[in-house]
Amino acid sequence: MKKLLSIILVLMLALTLLTSCGNNEGQQPVSEGKEASGEGIFPAIAKEDIKVGVIHIGNPADGSGYSYAHDQGIVAMQKALGLSDSQIIRKNNVNDTDPTATEAAMLECIEEGANIIFGTSWGYMDTMEALAQEYPDVLFSHGSGYKSNDRNFNNYFGRIYQARYLTGIAAGLKTKTNKLGYVAAMGKDNSEVTGGLNAFAMGAYSVNPDAKVYVKVTNSWYSPEEETNAAKALIAEGCDVIAQHCDTPNPQLEAEKAGVFGIGYNSDMSKDAPKATITSAVWNWGAYYTWAVENVINGTWKSENYYGGMKEGMVDISPINEGIAAEGTAEKIEEARQSMMDGTFNVFDGVIETNDGSTVGEEGKTLDDATITGGINWYFKTVVEK
Amino acid sequence: MFVKFLNAAVFAGTPLLFGTTGEMMNEKAGHLNLGVEGMMAMGACAGFMAGYFYDSILIALLAAFLAGMLGALIYALLTITFMANQNVTGLTLSIFGVGISNFAGEFMLVNSASNTLKLPEQITAQISNINIPGLTTVPVLGPLFFQYNIFVYLAVLIAVTCGIYYNNTKTGLNVRAIGENPGAADAAGIKVTKLKYINVLAGGGICGLGGAYCSMIINGGVWMNNPVNGQGWIAVALVIFASWKPYRAIFGSFIFGAFNILKYYFPKTIITLPNALYDMLPFVITALVLVMTSIRKSKENQQPASCGVNYYREER
Repeated sequence: MKKLLSIILVLMLALTLLTSCGNNEGQQPVSEGKEASGEGIFPAIAKEDIKVGVIHIGNPADGSGYSYAHDQGIVAMQKALGLSDSQIIRKNNVNDTDPTATEAAMLECIEEGANIIFGTSWGYMDTMEALAQEYPDVLFSHGSGYKSNDRNFNNYFGRIYQARYLTGIAAGLKTKTNKLGYVAAMGKDNSEVTGGLNAFAMGAYSVNPDAKVYVKVTNSWYSPEEETNAAKALIAEGCDVIAQHCDTPNPQLEAEKAGVFGIGYNSDMSKDAPKATITSAVWNWGAYYTWAVENVINGTWKSENYYGGMKEGMVDISPINEGIAAEGTAEKIEEARQSMMDGTFNVFDGVIETNDGSTVGEEGKTLDDATITGGINWYFKTVVEK
Repeated sequence: MFVKFLNAAVFAGTPLLFGTTGEMMNEKAGHLNLGVEGMMAMGACAGFMAGYFYDSILIALLAAFLAGMLGALIYALLTITFMANQNVTGLTLSIFGVGISNFAGEFMLVNSASNTLKLPEQITAQISNINIPGLTTVPVLGPLFFQYNIFVYLAVLIAVTCGIYYNNTKTGLNVRAIGENPGAADAAGIKVTKLKYINVLAGGGICGLGGAYCSMIINGGVWMNNPVNGQGWIAVALVIFASWKPYRAIFGSFIFGAFNILKYYFPKTIITLPNALYDMLPFVITALVLVMTSIRKSKENQQPASCGVNYYREER
């Protein structure tokens, strides 16, 4: 099929050369790409000509959660750089466990002339790696994951654990029962989830050493009924602040129903549960998207991995709900935020005790990024798996 | 803690009970309808939107029921009147129902003011857990029986009514006759097509109610895509587990609900099992029930004999 397509393309190209009429706009990005290959540097692109492809696992219209947060970032980038709507190509509901669907969505983007494609979900990784080889003049940028090449394929993520540490402070101050609940999408072996959970527990520990964090694992990134059930179980156990690492606001809604409190994730969930959500650990993907697309426009793109944090504006917490937060929450959080901003505190500093009695890390050092993204498979000492 | 576990099991089992009862009504009339997921999704969307705009539980329930019926009508028309393959029609109905429900939900979301749809106050109060003074506060029995939301009681009521219908009424027995052997039923003067339509449509409506439970109760009154998220498929398995008996469906649903949440309540201090094992349990047990009933060969616990086969009068 691909062979046939390329033959047709070549024929069309020959035809346009022969008749020397340059009207063949639809095909141009592909043919241009083929000709330009071999050069190491990407030339600058006029702002009006750049096209940005985005592959979403869910639907940004959900109004909350992961894809929504990513899309808000794209919208922010579009605004900051002044791109028109037709310059953004969105592919929604692309199942990341289905390589065929992933490839099809990305090829559509390329056909529509995308210069850079953002793949927002973990499972797109291998497809992007392969396509980056095949289309050396399209830039591929993968959120989460760990693969990249030195030309046109990089990976980006953020230090969401920094934001989670701050939300842990809010939760630790708020709890009356000294039991915090945490609905986790994946188990201990997933470093992204576990690192965030540990940061949350450490934040709570820093203001309230007696607070324990009870964890329930749903084994799914998106499962409305599982997330509700997990939150229900945590509340039944006596947890009075429910934090979450999963995609729906259901744990917050369940907390609201039960008259307890919660810490949201991904986007500001006080929109969904205004009486329960104290604050949310939120992504500001716009920080990266703006930076990346700006680099493409300026011709300064380099294939380097991006791991932005509080300092870069990539992660943050949503405004604290003063009506329900404990007294002094804002001050404590501001203090910790400052120490993160000036680099004196990096969350996973020094020797950390785990909940099975062993220790991680060394005095005077902090965990390196590779360990944080891929090697946190222990729980902090206040975490209870029950 | 144990009472809370049972509470949560009932909570998790209720959408399954709606779906199972609905599917059972289909199968009793000889129609294997794999579109439960789709009909539930349609009911979920219609019920939620009606509740959102009219702020009334009655209108929401009615809309959910009608939407489920509409899904079933497509299925009934294709399989009863036009003799289309039941499995294929049911599967497509599932895909169609989920798709159209997400489409409509998304359309509403995009056009909403703050990009979020949350049920208004009055209906939220109507669907929250009931409180009967004097009964709800009775220790153990109170929390166990008298503090659920209205859907739970409705689901049990429908299942019991369904049981009486199929076991104790003449029409119900006629429907069972159709499910076993439509040709014989037809010869006995039973109106096969009419009864099939009634049962398939009513079953679809009940599935729709289950969908409304998912979107309004489980999701805490905020619209989310894919509110049903696979519950409909579990309901299809539950019909087998309940061996086509409405009363058993009640216990079956709550048992499945209990399995669903077991991983969150089972103390890890006793033994730590992987979550996947808990998720697998209901299906392993369904398989065991299938094996046991086929070993015992008891006619009572079998699927209605003509289930899945269309009835073509001229081929008698």
